[in-house]
Amino acid sequence: MEVVVASSVGVLTAAGVYLILRMRAFPVIIGLSLLTYAVNVFLFSTGRLAINAPPVLNKYADVPYSDPLPQALVLTAIVISFGMTAVLVMIALGAYLEADHDRIDMGEDEAEAAEKESGA
Amino acid sequence: MSHWIIAPVVLPALLAPIIAFVMRHDIVLARAASFTGTVALAAIAVGLTVAAAGGETFVYELGDWPAPFGIVLVLDRLSAMMLLLTSVLALIVLTHAAASGWDARGRHFHALFQFQLMGICGAFLTGDAFNLFVFFEVLLIASYGLMIHGGGRVRLQAGLQYVVMNLAGSTLFLFALGTLYATTGTLNIADLAVKVGEMPVDEAALVRVAAILLMIVFAIKAALFPVQFWLPGTYSNAPAPVAALFAIMTKVGGYAIIRIHTIVFGPDTAALGDLIGTWLMPAAVVTLAVGALGVLGARRLMPLVSFAVVGSMGTMMIAVSAFTPAATTAALYYVVHSTFAGAALFLLADLVISRRAAGDRLSTQVPTVQNGLFAALFFAAAVGMAGMPPLSGFLGKLVILDAMQPTPQMATAFAAILVASLLIIVGFARAGSTLFWKSTALATRAGGTDQQAQGAARGAGALEVAPTMAAVAALAGLSAFAGPVTGYMEAAAAQLYDSTGYIEAVLGQGTEG
Repeated sequence: MEVVVASSVGVLTAAGVYLILRMRAFPVIIGLSLLTYAVNVFLFSTGRLAINAPPVLNKYADVPYSDPLPQALVLTAIVISFGMTAVLVMIALGAYLEADHDRIDMGEDEAEAAEKESGA
Repeated sequence: MSHWIIAPVVLPALLAPIIAFVMRHDIVLARAASFTGTVALAAIAVGLTVAAAGGETFVYELGDWPAPFGIVLVLDRLSAMMLLLTSVLALIVLTHAAASGWDARGRHFHALFQFQLMGICGAFLTGDAFNLFVFFEVLLIASYGLMIHGGGRVRLQAGLQYVVMNLAGSTLFLFALGTLYATTGTLNIADLAVKVGEMPVDEAALVRVAAILLMIVFAIKAALFPVQFWLPGTYSNAPAPVAALFAIMTKVGGYAIIRIHTIVFGPDTAALGDLIGTWLMPAAVVTLAVGALGVLGARRLMPLVSFAVVGSMGTMMIAVSAFTPAATTAALYYVVHSTFAGAALFLLADLVISRRAAGDRLSTQVPTVQNGLFAALFFAAAVGMAGMPPLSGFLGKLVILDAMQPTPQMATAFAAILVASLLIIVGFARAGSTLFWKSTALATRAGGTDQQAQGAARGAGALEVAPTMAAVAALAGLSAFAGPVTGYMEAAAAQLYDSTGYIEAVLGQGTEG
């Protein structure tokens, strides 16, 4: 199980980084989503991997339990990354509609536009 | 236990939704509410600073859960000082934004502004590493909104870049926290300090990874080389008052490095040794060089100021990387100085740019209205930023150099700071003479023909100039009262390096109650 979890974190991270480096709005958004999936799985595994162990103490039976804190952390991380992705999509859409292209990096074109806008 | 500690977080958090929902159609009402809230925040910050100046570390347990199980807010001299700095800067920026009409160019400026303050105050107060992440996200998501306030093609593009950069940084932050939790089993800063301190050297590999990952995350926020490249594009395309407020955001990164890498990963922990300082020092030197060369090479005013901010972060981080109480005192003084210097320059740039036909391009043009006033203010702010007497930049650099003297990095630090200061002075002198001085010659030659074009731009009213003047006055005040101010910071640094006091204050609480 460790191998599966570790390699899935690795593959998701690699794919996410690759997509972010494409420097186009849509691949970057997908890449950041993959990266947050990777980090969520990673955070989940920081409380040690255990099967059939609920994150609650049972005072009637001596059953194994898992660390609840990473699960709470993952929940927070999921909520935040969901909100952030929504914001990112909106800003990317706005930038695309304004600029007529979806490149993330700012080239000479933007530098000229900046000078023109500031001069206007 | 005093509930006032949480007030700097709760007050803006309550005010922001009220402004967003109730006052969104009434800019005057929103201004009044936002201004009142910020004044109240400043008053609370003064109160907390007075309380913290006594040297006691105040701990506030959220929901009364004892540390390390619950989240704690910790108020000591350092965090109180940063709160005060934030609220004073916020007052200056808010006055400028309202007086220049920036806040009416888009929606929800004041609500976002308050959320931003909530995030910044929270980040300064929290005593929990994951809570620090949450407050970082709060201040970032508000800053995304502020960054693209007013819209425009280039601003949206720069904003998108900024968001992508910071989302990648947040992911890295989570990786670092996960690694830290997996090795130590805690995320409370005081508890982390205990666990990392006890960790044997041969088991410390993962902790070292986590420490470096955290440093990279904070370096992104603090715009340190090699992750400084987002700052010039972002700050120079942000609305000027927002860029002035962002002057404190780089300091949040700096504060986080000072806090975490002193208390948890301090130089006397066996697990880390001087690992952090070894990496931080070259990064800071290169950052300073990048900033100085950027100032020298900038063709527009806003990027010039942005690169000056990068340079000031480099200077500050050189002092931080020494990890001695004297150097940290110097760094703290420089934090306060560079925040006001950066803010003064951004606000002044806004006053000038909005009245020039050529915008922020550094080219000779017919002088704007009130050329003399703007030139004087630019001169004062540039003197402050470049670090010449009599303003606080000079004293700040002097204190840093003095503190670096006994360290082995003395030669590098001296060379970097002095050469970079020269480059920054030349850069600012060139920009100032192009903008304000050469233009007067042009006006004399052209005679009165351009009087109409000149008259088209409205002069700046008293309320518009006042915030810039207040920021410059803060530099002068910082210089005049350098003795008491550094006295306070010396005490703050001493408190920071006495990590047992912090740990006892946070963890001792649990055994009492």
